[in-house]
Amino acid sequence: MDAPLLDVQGLSKHFGGFTALDNVSLQVGKGERFGLIGPNGSGKTTMINCISGALTNETGKVVFKDRDISGLKPHQRTRLGIARSFQLPRPFASMTVLENLCIPLEYATRQRSTMARRREEGMAILELIGLADKADDHSGGLTQIDMRKLELARAMAAKPDLLISDEAMAGLSGSEVDEILDRLFTLNERGVGVIMIEHVMKAVMRFSQRIVVLDAGSKIAEGTPDEIVSNPLVEKAYLGE
Amino acid sequence: MKIAPFWPAAALLFVLGAASTFAVDEYYFVAGYIVLQGLIMATAWNILGGFTGYVNFGSAGFFAMGAYTSVVLYTAIDPPVFVAIVAAAVVCGLLGFGAGYLTLRLRGVYFAIATLALAIVLETLMVNWDYVGGATGAFIITPDTEFFPSYNAFMFVLMLALAIGSVGLARYLNYSRIGRGLAAIRDDEVAAECAGVPTLRLKLISTTIMGAMMGVAGALYPYFVTFVEPLSAFNLIVAVNAIAMPMIGGTATWVGPVIGALLLGSVQEWTKVNISSELNLLIVGVLLVGFVALAPQGIVGLAQKFGAWIRAHREKRQGDGRAAA
Repeated sequence: MDAPLLDVQGLSKHFGGFTALDNVSLQVGKGERFGLIGPNGSGKTTMINCISGALTNETGKVVFKDRDISGLKPHQRTRLGIARSFQLPRPFASMTVLENLCIPLEYATRQRSTMARRREEGMAILELIGLADKADDHSGGLTQIDMRKLELARAMAAKPDLLISDEAMAGLSGSEVDEILDRLFTLNERGVGVIMIEHVMKAVMRFSQRIVVLDAGSKIAEGTPDEIVSNPLVEKAYLGE
Repeated sequence: MKIAPFWPAAALLFVLGAASTFAVDEYYFVAGYIVLQGLIMATAWNILGGFTGYVNFGSAGFFAMGAYTSVVLYTAIDPPVFVAIVAAAVVCGLLGFGAGYLTLRLRGVYFAIATLALAIVLETLMVNWDYVGGATGAFIITPDTEFFPSYNAFMFVLMLALAIGSVGLARYLNYSRIGRGLAAIRDDEVAAECAGVPTLRLKLISTTIMGAMMGVAGALYPYFVTFVEPLSAFNLIVAVNAIAMPMIGGTATWVGPVIGALLLGSVQEWTKVNISSELNLLIVGVLLVGFVALAPQGIVGLAQKFGAWIRAHREKRQGDGRAAA
């Protein structure tokens, strides 16, 4: 087997006396659809913050494309190819939708490009994600679903090899969940690996090829969606005894 | 938005300003100097406050450190004015660079409070430093100005050149790759970092340029008033104006502080002569409260809204016309 795209080895993180992550390892392959689930407070967000660089891990290593990135700043990791969307949308509210995409298009990729070229590339991503008709709208005034799409579009504009989707579907209606899920499948078909953190089980189960379950900072299960559903430990973590 | 060629217009303005010193009454150069000083301070403040979103309450500290750099150099070696300006830019640029590291831990109102404290610390240091005159202050003997008709005219022309340079730099930043990164930081720093923007580096660039620019404005101050003491150098009105002028003009672009400074600065100079110099702070206060409450985007924002309204109105009328036909 090829070396995994992302290889998290024995990661631990404490906040004061609280253990947020305890020696957790996980691997994500190139172009893989990977699900990360667990009850509230189980360490999912801490994990993706350690992967994307918002937090630094205390022990263990984060290896991306065969390179230890544990000491790198978030913007350096973005440039290497890890992009994330935020659970609560964080648009650049003074800019239009298209301008939001132009920031990563200008800053996350190494080659210099012209404004016209960036706008062109930005429009292509908006077409893909279904926001092209709102390209010139002010991003602060979008609806919830459009905000989520913008989060994904902006993450895609960084041209990542690994996209971390942090609860992109929380609070959306059933048809909206399907719409976002479709977009994520489309992005994945273009070779982008996706880590999906989600509470909407229907979505994670349908999307993921492999799932890791966290509970109280530890990995309690790993496997295909079918294996996870029938795992008694997972059931216990979610429903109690 | 396409604008008229900036540098030719600026060069023309400078030539006109310099030429006017041979024709106009000297009072106007004193007033003009003070307005331009405010213009540089406002432009500098806006690079950090407007473009980057970090509010600096300690502008007077940077201004005064520029002034005291001049005093130190004057006392030590009495160099040409230009040397003092460059030195002040370096000293205050470094001070700004240091303040930039504060942004690592302090955001929003906490950063603002820290800058206020920074100014107070610096003032205390100057009060207790005898070399620069301590609390009593220090004199500067004005240098000769052979070419210009008067000393004040010389100061005015120098300040005009510095102001044009400052606005030019702010304008460049506004439209550059750096400016777009700063705008992303202002809107959401966490999201900016995750979009690949090197936030710390850009913030350090922003605070350094802000500090250097304020230092430049302060460097000429001892030469202008010929006497510096801590209370006048660390003046409240300097700090308040640096915030009020961009707020009134509009903080989003380089134009805002220019409009705000010309407007507020002129009104202040007019009242100083025609009504009372005590009224200045009151005018600033009232205007600032008015704009923050009613037009938070400033005059530029109002103009943009008005422009959008006109366009919408015209389109509607054209639409009606077509419907009628």
